[in-house]
Amino acid sequence: MALAEVFGNLSAVGYGLAAIGPGIGVGLVFASYIQSTARQPESARITQPFVWIGFAVIELLALLGIAFGFVFAGDLA
Amino acid sequence: MFAQLTTDPGESGFHAPKVGDFFPGPIVEGAPGWLTKYTILVAIAVVAILAFFLLAYRDPKLVPTKKQWFAESIYGFARNSISQGMIGPEGVRFAPYITTLFVFIAAMNFFAILPGVQTSPNSHIAYPLVLGLLSYFIFIAVGIKKHGAGRFFKNHLMPPAPWFMQPLLIPIEFISNFIARPLTLALRLFANMFAGHMILVVFTMGGFALLGAQNILLKPIGILSFLMAIALTFLEMLVVILQAYIFSVLSASYIGGALADEH
Repeated sequence: MALAEVFGNLSAVGYGLAAIGPGIGVGLVFASYIQSTARQPESARITQPFVWIGFAVIELLALLGIAFGFVFAGDLA
Repeated sequence: MFAQLTTDPGESGFHAPKVGDFFPGPIVEGAPGWLTKYTILVAIAVVAILAFFLLAYRDPKLVPTKKQWFAESIYGFARNSISQGMIGPEGVRFAPYITTLFVFIAAMNFFAILPGVQTSPNSHIAYPLVLGLLSYFIFIAVGIKKHGAGRFFKNHLMPPAPWFMQPLLIPIEFISNFIARPLTLALRLFANMFAGHMILVVFTMGGFALLGAQNILLKPIGILSFLMAIALTFLEMLVVILQAYIFSVLSASYIGGALADEH
């Protein structure tokens, strides 16, 4: 008898693992923004676009996980 | 009992959303293959945007009416914050393109949370891909027009570094500037709308499945599932605007990079 058995698909677990990195990254982006804004409130408007660019670039890594999950599953249609 | 609680799907059963759901057929039987739900939604979005801006600016007043104020603040935001913020003083030239991009993507994304439609053309990779390629060609064309092909490609392929590092850096720069840019623009928008739709469907269908479950203890969780769907719709509202904003900011920053004198 097997000690542990997994039914179905492990891809959800895999995606969860893949989302750890982007999660930390997005957290760092906003943490830095909050910190810099707290130190120098008048810089808030200047740094805002870069916050969103950084956020988008990092968030993309997690989104690639969604897209490639389906690509590698091989049943796109 | 625990086994029943976890495995009993109830009468209606639960059908997880499939990728195939994102490839709808023709809207009515016998219609041409390209006439899907998405093409109609895109047409509606275009007509709505045109009508809104034409109506809002048909009779401009010095003291703007509500509609005019709304249209002007959208354009003002795209022009001042996005175009001029990312490109610089030259950004005014690109404000019409950036505004169009912003408004068009926002309108298409908005279908993702519009009750009764709840699916966005952008959750089909073809639509974001065209928008991404458009921004890609524009930033290359603008850069070549300003600097000439030689300097443009030199700026974008050869970062200031010692010569012996260039064989390593040129492929990296090539991939990040000329392959990843359109792909990431398209994929980011696509995956956001795709995942958003998937999440809403999972919670809504899950709510029906749990309400229809035979176990009485599962029914309240169905209500919870519906409440989650509503809460996530509000999250989607944020994503709708945010993705339109990010797409136009990134397009503007690519154009700005192409126009910049030094790397």
